[in-house]
Amino acid sequence: MTAQTDVAVQMAIELRGIDKRFGAVHANKNIDLKVEKGTIHGIVGENGAGKSTLMSIIYGFYEADKGEILIDEKVTKISDSKVAIASGIGMVHQHFMLIQNFTALENVILGAESGMMLNVSMEKARKELTRLASEYGLDVPLDVPVEQLSVGMQQRIEILKALYRGARILILDEPTGVLTPQEAEHLFKVLAALKEQGNTVIIITHKLQEIMAVTDNVSIMRRGEMVGHVKTAETNREQLAELMVGRKVLLRVNKTEAKPAGTLLKVNNLSWTDSAGVLRLDNVNFNVRAGEIVGIAGVSGNGQSELLELLSGIKNIQHGSIEVSGKTLDENHQLTPSEVRDIGVAHIPEDRHKMGLVNSFAADEAFILGYHRNDVYNAKLLMDQAAIKNDCAEKMEKWDVRPQDPKLKTANFSGGNQQKLVIAREMEQSPDVLLVGQPTRGVDIGAIESIHNRIIEMRDAGKAVLLVSVELEEIMSLADRILVMFDGKIVGEVPTDVANEQILGLMMANIVPDEVKALQKEAHS
Amino acid sequence: MSQQRIPAWVTVIGVPLVNILLAAIVSGFVFMYLNISPIDAVKTMAYGAFGSSYGWGYTLYYTTSFIFTGLAVAVAFHASLFNIGGEGQAYVGALGVGLVCLLLGGKIPFLLLLPLSIIAGGLFGALWAFIPAWLQATRGSHVVITTIMFNFIAASFMAYLLVEVLKPEGSMAVESAVFHEASWIPKIWELAGTMGIKMQRSPLNLSIIWALICSVFVYFFIWRTKWGYEIRSLGQNASAAEYAGINLNKTIIMTMLISGMLAGFFALNVVQGEAHQIKLSLVNGMGFTGIAVALMGRNHPIGIVLASLLFGFLYQGGGELQFEYGVDPRIIVVLQGLVILFSGALEHMTKHPVENAYLKLSQLVGKQEAKGA
Amino acid sequence: MKALLTLAAATVIGMSGAAVAADFKPAVVYDTAGKFDKSFNEAVFRNGAEKFVTETGIRVREFEPQNEEQREQGLRTLAQRGQSPIVAVGFNMASAVTKVAAEFPDVQFAIIDSVVDLPNVQSMLFAEHEGSFLVGALAAMVSETDKVGFVGGMDIPLISKFACGYEQGVKYVTENAEVFQNMTGSTPAAFGDPARGSELAKSQIAKGADVVFAAAGGTGIGVYQAAKDEGVYAIGVDSNQNYLQPGTMLTSMVKKVGVATYQTWKDAEAGNFQPGIKVFDLASGGVDYAIDQYNEALITDEMKTKVEAIKADIIAGKIKVHDYTATMSCTY
Repeated sequence: MTAQTDVAVQMAIELRGIDKRFGAVHANKNIDLKVEKGTIHGIVGENGAGKSTLMSIIYGFYEADKGEILIDEKVTKISDSKVAIASGIGMVHQHFMLIQNFTALENVILGAESGMMLNVSMEKARKELTRLASEYGLDVPLDVPVEQLSVGMQQRIEILKALYRGARILILDEPTGVLTPQEAEHLFKVLAALKEQGNTVIIITHKLQEIMAVTDNVSIMRRGEMVGHVKTAETNREQLAELMVGRKVLLRVNKTEAKPAGTLLKVNNLSWTDSAGVLRLDNVNFNVRAGEIVGIAGVSGNGQSELLELLSGIKNIQHGSIEVSGKTLDENHQLTPSEVRDIGVAHIPEDRHKMGLVNSFAADEAFILGYHRNDVYNAKLLMDQAAIKNDCAEKMEKWDVRPQDPKLKTANFSGGNQQKLVIAREMEQSPDVLLVGQPTRGVDIGAIESIHNRIIEMRDAGKAVLLVSVELEEIMSLADRILVMFDGKIVGEVPTDVANEQILGLMMANIVPDEVKALQKEAHS
Repeated sequence: MSQQRIPAWVTVIGVPLVNILLAAIVSGFVFMYLNISPIDAVKTMAYGAFGSSYGWGYTLYYTTSFIFTGLAVAVAFHASLFNIGGEGQAYVGALGVGLVCLLLGGKIPFLLLLPLSIIAGGLFGALWAFIPAWLQATRGSHVVITTIMFNFIAASFMAYLLVEVLKPEGSMAVESAVFHEASWIPKIWELAGTMGIKMQRSPLNLSIIWALICSVFVYFFIWRTKWGYEIRSLGQNASAAEYAGINLNKTIIMTMLISGMLAGFFALNVVQGEAHQIKLSLVNGMGFTGIAVALMGRNHPIGIVLASLLFGFLYQGGGELQFEYGVDPRIIVVLQGLVILFSGALEHMTKHPVENAYLKLSQLVGKQEAKGA
Repeated sequence: MKALLTLAAATVIGMSGAAVAADFKPAVVYDTAGKFDKSFNEAVFRNGAEKFVTETGIRVREFEPQNEEQREQGLRTLAQRGQSPIVAVGFNMASAVTKVAAEFPDVQFAIIDSVVDLPNVQSMLFAEHEGSFLVGALAAMVSETDKVGFVGGMDIPLISKFACGYEQGVKYVTENAEVFQNMTGSTPAAFGDPARGSELAKSQIAKGADVVFAAAGGTGIGVYQAAKDEGVYAIGVDSNQNYLQPGTMLTSMVKKVGVATYQTWKDAEAGNFQPGIKVFDLASGGVDYAIDQYNEALITDEMKTKVEAIKADIIAGKIKVHDYTATMSCTY
């Protein structure tokens, strides 16, 4: 796709010298940005580069300290989101702002009701929505409560909500994070249709392949600054990555053939029901051998989290069994998370903020989480502060965690360095089995390559690695075998050399392609 | 994002000082409304609270009480448990201390009795915190609700015991018998007297030493032991604590027991140190004030000792206002309220301006230094 | 806000005794109910402190403790500042007075309603049973149902003393009359609970009582209101409370704590402070029933003659009124 050049270039949004501080944090530094009307404009940058702050300023959540915003080439003071909506800006947040037990129709008219009588607004909205849906391919069942709809459907409702309010400039924040590849594909079609009608789309993402696929222009942010504006057609992923990180990055993982040995982790008929009575894991069976990485692909929320939490002892086994390190665990033989650690299972949790770290702790305190009762960290009654600090400093150096300050608050490290801290903590215990969840989620591109290399090193050292990730690229480049999960079940297994996004994407939507079925039959016979 | 580091002293000392100053200014308006010169009022309070050994004796006596109740709240806060039952725990702690003194006072030497009364006060306070803790851990009943209900239960329970059991024959006031003199915790003025230092009588007693020891204990316990580590993990991020294999239920119960124990120690100061008998509603809201103390002191023992001193000053100095000007005694509550309002509820109102002012100032200084060089 | 005016009265300049006044520094510590309780503490304020200040021009330091602990601190601070004599209002002050009086042997203390056996303490006791006998007699005279009620404050011997005297007075006039008795509670809070007072009075009235006597401090306010609402008579206590609900208030059993306080300061000023127990009875005018413009219409001459005769008989010793606190029982 190329930028439109046939008409006189008109700007939908222009930012001049936008500056925003939060106390000591300088989130946006003198930002200039021009978004052409009728284009899809990508904004990329690592976590914390200031993308979300900038979009919040455009949408009126924050007011800039300095600078001005031009909408349709007119200076507009956006004091709150009402002004933004009135100016034709619509926003689709990363986390949807929908009321779960309302229907799509009710969600759309919420706050945009006209007059006292609800049914009048409803009918008006229904007509309008049907029109929008057919025009842009945004079909959704209007009368089903939102909670019963898939994530992709919910996102469409968010887009409809914005369009219904007259949005001509649509901002999407990390729109594909929770979508299956097919859903993402559909979303891109919708965006193209929007553009076709002369609307403007701003899409914020850290996925470079999406930027390359759908945008016309890209702006790159780094540490609160705009570091570049390029036409998509004139750039490539490597260049974008370099601009984002500030140095050259290797995007491919080099690894040798796996040499698997005996089985270290075996899961038999594992099922698990949550407190609401929903079956989250449905008769899961698989094994992981020493010296191999088994990847679990799937849209998040299909049982991967529960699986990891059962394997690491956080959740109690209800049905089925787990064989690990020569022990068989079942509903009558449970281990606590610390006992699981003691038998040589390490766990890099999916969400380091929610589980892997304590953000308010100093780095060295976070570094011993889960191992804080180990003798090396404890003197008689008190903890051995010096030992903890020294050990952390030593591992920070070894794992290149920056800044190398064991006393710095965990929250003040970048996402990648936080993740390295967690990975260092878990891998340094030299476990036999390594459970890895979303190892590079929210991690800067620069750090991704080193994290990937570490995981492969663990495999090559003869450990059994179970890798859960929603990033198909990551799964395909790291795993030796790929299992796909859908709705708590393992849909099927695909060898990495056969796997591609198409196959995995179908399986993530519970459709097993014939070639995979054939492979599975082969394996069984 | 670039981040200029704000030194710790700006947030830890600077911001609270600004808040207290704001509270003082607003209090000044209150005094002006009452036709009292704010300057005179401050002088009166300062003299009343620190002007004589009598005054600061009382100030430190109140400080001691606040240290205990403040620490109790702080320890629970670290596990993100909001223990507002300090009032009841301190009251029941008084029963423990009182029983030891009533039963053993004069029968065993003081040095044997003191450890027993300390244990009893702590144990009774801890027991009163145990049921809410257990309900929170196993049933998910929120400690805020249960501890506040336990305050009422404690009040009724103690009133019953005082009226029906502890009140000596023939007495009409609702209070226990006076303890045997041999069980009293020595007063500081008496000790000073034996060392040849002349001090006026005041209720300040050796409990203050125990309060300081407890502060040190809390510091080491929370920041230097694995149990404290687990408490903080639980408080800051419960799912991380669960991931780390920390037994959440056990930690909740342990934290609340220690919190209740500290609240129970309150009775050493007020009952064994000063009143020498269990009286009706002897805690007088000091358990609640402990919440404000912990809030102001940022749940750190040093902060709590300083905040206790501030509240001790407000208590004693405010009482002096009542004597001097005949103002309504509730003026103390107004002053406390303002301090709490500014340093607790409106903390973030001043945080950013103070930080920004610091940054601007440091930039100015930086520029001038650059010029100078 | 009213308490902000605490010392307004104290600053009134009097006319006599100014020369002696310089080193005479009287003080009073009220009980936690506060000096405007319309009853016990207010009697000390109106007829004691206020009167003393107006008549002598000498400043009286006052202290109203907010809680139990402040009672002692108040006494101690006043003693520390050289105030003397210090009058402590109410039996709740006993332990505090005992302690502080021992610490300051040179300061004179006086306590109302309790005995503190120290050489520098005067203990002021009142013959409440005698006064209650009189109002009990009046109650029986107006009662048509021959059923009367008694609402006490805190369940302690002192209040039972009122109840027992009242019962004797009622039965002296109407031998088979019924006396319903209720206590409000067992802690000092029982002296400040008008809602509960009203509840108790209503239940007594429902059982047929047509006169209710409240010896319950602030709780009495609720009792009088209930009596007015139900159209029966009520009897006040401590202060002359006839003015509170005119037409409903049959009379008040006045306990002249204010007068006694005034007298104690007067004596001390003249250098005649008397430590030890001082009893204020019917004979000395320490207790009485009250007649004023608010209730004179309710008390007929015949009733007045009768009750005056009884009063004379008690003073003369012809009628012996049993004191509950002597035996801790009401058997007479």
